[in-house]
Amino acid sequence: MNSRAITETILDIEGVTVSFDGFKAIDGLDFRLQQGEVRFLIGPNGAGKTTLLDIITGKTKPIAGKIVFDGKHDLRRWPEYARVRHGIGRKFQTPTIFSSLSVWENMEAAIGMNDTPLGLLRKMTSTETDRVQSTLKTIGLDRRAQERAGTLAHGQKQWLEIGMLLIQEPKLLLLDEPVAGMTRRDRDLTGELIVEIARTRSVLVVEHDMDFVRKFAHWVTVLHTGKFLCEGTVEQVQNDPRVIEVYLGRTPEGVH
Amino acid sequence: MALAAVVLLGVAPSTLSEFNLSLLGKFLTYAIVALGLDLIWGYGGMLSLGQGLFFAIGGYAMAMYLKLEASGKHLPDFMDWSGATSLPAFWQPFHSPVFAIAAAILLPALVAGIVGFLIFRSRVQGVYFSIITQALTLIASILFVGQQAVTGGTNGITDLKTIFGMSLNDAHTQKNLYLFTAVMVLVSFLFCRMLTMSRFGRILVAIRDDENRVRFLGYNPVVYKTIVFSIAAALAGIAGALFVPQVGIISPAAMDVVPSVEMVVWVAVGGRGTLVGAILGCLLVNWGKSVFNDNYPDQWQYFLGGLFVVTVLLMPDGVVGAGRRLMTWINRRRALPLALRSAPVAAPETEQVGGGH
Repeated sequence: MNSRAITETILDIEGVTVSFDGFKAIDGLDFRLQQGEVRFLIGPNGAGKTTLLDIITGKTKPIAGKIVFDGKHDLRRWPEYARVRHGIGRKFQTPTIFSSLSVWENMEAAIGMNDTPLGLLRKMTSTETDRVQSTLKTIGLDRRAQERAGTLAHGQKQWLEIGMLLIQEPKLLLLDEPVAGMTRRDRDLTGELIVEIARTRSVLVVEHDMDFVRKFAHWVTVLHTGKFLCEGTVEQVQNDPRVIEVYLGRTPEGVH
Repeated sequence: MALAAVVLLGVAPSTLSEFNLSLLGKFLTYAIVALGLDLIWGYGGMLSLGQGLFFAIGGYAMAMYLKLEASGKHLPDFMDWSGATSLPAFWQPFHSPVFAIAAAILLPALVAGIVGFLIFRSRVQGVYFSIITQALTLIASILFVGQQAVTGGTNGITDLKTIFGMSLNDAHTQKNLYLFTAVMVLVSFLFCRMLTMSRFGRILVAIRDDENRVRFLGYNPVVYKTIVFSIAAALAGIAGALFVPQVGIISPAAMDVVPSVEMVVWVAVGGRGTLVGAILGCLLVNWGKSVFNDNYPDQWQYFLGGLFVVTVLLMPDGVVGAGRRLMTWINRRRALPLALRSAPVAAPETEQVGGGH
């Protein structure tokens, strides 16, 4: 790897180990993501995909290893909210929006991340209002701004969550199964949305749905029992005998 | 409706008897506690069973000033009885009414701030938070009872005579205290409303809905919870300070289990998550209590418990929520064509937080 690539690494994970009561969910994992890259992460159940996202966001603490963000920040020193403020956004597996707030209010909550508690007493500036409006348009919820988020359909909740992330303009976006439980049409729309998002930032996607991966992934990393297994294009990975082996006994196409 | 309420409270002094006016004045101080509790519980999802402690701190701070005023150059009577010969150092600044009032507001806020920060930082939530706040209140109560020479012990601080030189027994003084309390209820209400309608209020509701998510949205929930817990404590302190001159006593009884639980019942009955509900519930329950106590003084606590159970089971969003649901139902019935009236009506909105932008 040349020196230029190293300076443009957004996320550098070295020798990270996570242990749950002695069970190593992640075991000495090395993982590197370049600035502006879109990476798909696959692997059978228990491979450690979600755990990897957990240690990046601070939900889980590793017992060993280094996580360097944006070339200079040692992530382990920061609590969860500080990591978000420094530009790591995460979409959870199940849609996590605030169901008793309206769509608009959810966006308001997202945009105020850098305000002080006192600053949150004033109204949004007109620039902020415009940004909320345009983001709602991007995710196709501009007509439903006043509706309670809890009444949205499943796919719309997922988009709202992605919209809340977008408006925070993260440098690194982590998406945990963004199309789970979606209809085929919604899946395609989401895929296009991800491609759009990835133009300006780095994205790491955990996904089970192999159709979706085939359609939208360029570079795929495969994890198995908490370790790096292999990486490459979708085609390379699918034909890799090691990958076929770990998926054997399940559906060869992965869990759907 | 809000205007009608303000007018009603404004004309109360000229229509109610002296006794009933003082009763209403007392209830209004409770309403300020209820507003604060609604803020942390109804909006923030933190059920404090320790608001009685903050109420008592505010009450004691005010009572200390009033007691010194009543005692003149002498030592307060209960200190004399306990064999003390000089005023303890921490009593000295309470000669100043400004200091006493500031203490009544800031001391509860400070205690809540420190305790809250430690609790919230350890991510203690739900029922454990409730238990800790309740335990804290009981500990304080034992402390106050034990330190008779400086706190007045079980009797508390009583036999207060004047406030700013005006006799507390005078009907005119009491009327002014009532009016001032009514204004403070309005001010507190508007303050809480400003908070809950702002983006700060949204974050509070978001914390109630899903605290973890708020953390991953880039906020530190500890900060927000601590701030709002302090605000609720300050409101309870203000209420305590207004309570003392009207009722003439503050004692460790305010830090028993029952008063703090009653405060929760007020908010539950009125409808948590609606500020009007907190005030309404407080006035309703207390009015019921005084009627009940006149007739069956021993059964009130059973009735209170029953009321709480019935509210939780049948009206989870209280009187205000039930009223709102009824209105929605009526409106929908009216809007529907006759032929459709037997069709099931979609679930109405049940919770009221924030509102538009």
